Amino acid sequence: MSRYSIFSLMKNAATSHKRWERAWRDPEPKAEYDVVIVGGGGHGLATAYYLAKLHGVTNVAVLEKGYLGGGNTGRNTTIVRSNYMAPGNTLFYEKSMRLWEGLSQDLNFNVMMSQRGQLNLGHSDTQMTVLKKRGNTMRANGIDADILTREQVRRIAPYFDYSPNARFPIQGALWQDRAGIARHDAVAWGYARGADSHGVDLIQNCEVTGFVKEGDRVIGVETTRGRIRANKVATAVAGHTGHLAEKAGLTLPIETHVLQAFVSEPIKPMVDIVVSCGAMHFYLSQSDKGTLVFGGDLDGYNTYAQRGNLPLIDHVMAAGVSLMPSLSRLRFHRHWGGVMDMTMDGSPIICKSPIPGLFINGGWCYGGFKATPASGWCFAHTIAQDRPHDLNARFTIERFSSGHLIEEKGAGPFPWAQ
Amino acid sequence: MIRIDCPFCGPRDHGEFTYAGDATKVRPAHGSTDMEAWLDYVYFRDNPKGVHKELWHHAHGCRQWLVVERDTTTHDVLSVAFAKLSKSGGG
Repeated sequence: MSRYSIFSLMKNAATSHKRWERAWRDPEPKAEYDVVIVGGGGHGLATAYYLAKLHGVTNVAVLEKGYLGGGNTGRNTTIVRSNYMAPGNTLFYEKSMRLWEGLSQDLNFNVMMSQRGQLNLGHSDTQMTVLKKRGNTMRANGIDADILTREQVRRIAPYFDYSPNARFPIQGALWQDRAGIARHDAVAWGYARGADSHGVDLIQNCEVTGFVKEGDRVIGVETTRGRIRANKVATAVAGHTGHLAEKAGLTLPIETHVLQAFVSEPIKPMVDIVVSCGAMHFYLSQSDKGTLVFGGDLDGYNTYAQRGNLPLIDHVMAAGVSLMPSLSRLRFHRHWGGVMDMTMDGSPIICKSPIPGLFINGGWCYGGFKATPASGWCFAHTIAQDRPHDLNARFTIERFSSGHLIEEKGAGPFPWAQ
Repeated sequence: MIRIDCPFCGPRDHGEFTYAGDATKVRPAHGSTDMEAWLDYVYFRDNPKGVHKELWHHAHGCRQWLVVERDTTTHDVLSVAFAKLSKSGGG
């Protein structure tokens, strides 16, 4: 792999950009690998990258049923933050934030990380109290957090509704200065290129249709491109974790639900921060193309269909307009749905499964994109060392039987309410 | 929009209903101390890609609990029935 730099750019400009080499190979699958990772999205590719780079495990294949980054990696709202409060989540997401901060340099690929800051709005005394508690938890763990007053919020974001008639009057906000957005496709491409350069085989158009077992142990996978044996099989297919686990004979505390996202027509720079509003479950940022990117709640019923439904669109638009009345003058260009693993406590699973030889990474609920680097980092550690890292030690399946749930929201065992 | 053909009210948009998840889970008997059974009932789901049997409450209609069979890949509703018949045997 040649490094990208100002010199490689000048060299290729001199040859009219006709001699750029491929970013990664397109190999035929081998019959056997040390590790097979199912799922070529951000998490699977990051896992392969860290396995090869940090643990020296390079005889690895990533199997992707479609194209790299074509699932939820390409369907999210690209927000990166580390403002989690539940023990187990806080330091994990901060690890992710720290990896994000050096990711473009580490991968030699511009993931366009933009730490523009995030407003987490509070609309009542109670909410402000909870936001302060969250901010204190973050600061106690060495994470930046500030509480802003209504006037401070108004200086940052004058376009919200500050009138006396506002449906959700803004009292203040929790501000994380290091939060922001990153270019979602670039994350997949950067990790893919990095993993490939360490010898990892990235195999696209290769759907896993079942598992090969010897006794209890998983010793490989059946795919649309033939049987591939592996010492260890690791799944990173959030949205379909339950579906795939069933093929291995495993039932999980997960339901699959759809979350919609929306993009407006492009406008001049207006929103230079990330906004989220827990009261209405609404979040918004502006992309580099000028479009406003926003999202809301789950549709609320089990589904594997990657498309949403109209009542939720209505709900999200109403929330957006009540927070930011000027939105009513915008047309929105596109909307889409991504299906996600909703766990029973709203927190992820990164662990060795009860089936020998099978490792599971899933249950990402809404939080998958921001977690990509730490998810891959922890999963690689778990696979290579055969035990979890401290950062993902709590993300087990057993927590549901032992009672050690990681409830950020405290919504109870209702996946559609997380 | 998903249309659910309520056996009492007729076909209605799903916005009138409240979703309540997997209908195949059976609650352990009151006072049961079988922790595995409770664990399975409270947390574990088959999460099928295909036909899913699920509970919907017709909150903005007849307020009956319904068991709906629906395909989770197409959203097609295959059957709708009352979750529980009344003591008189009617709907």
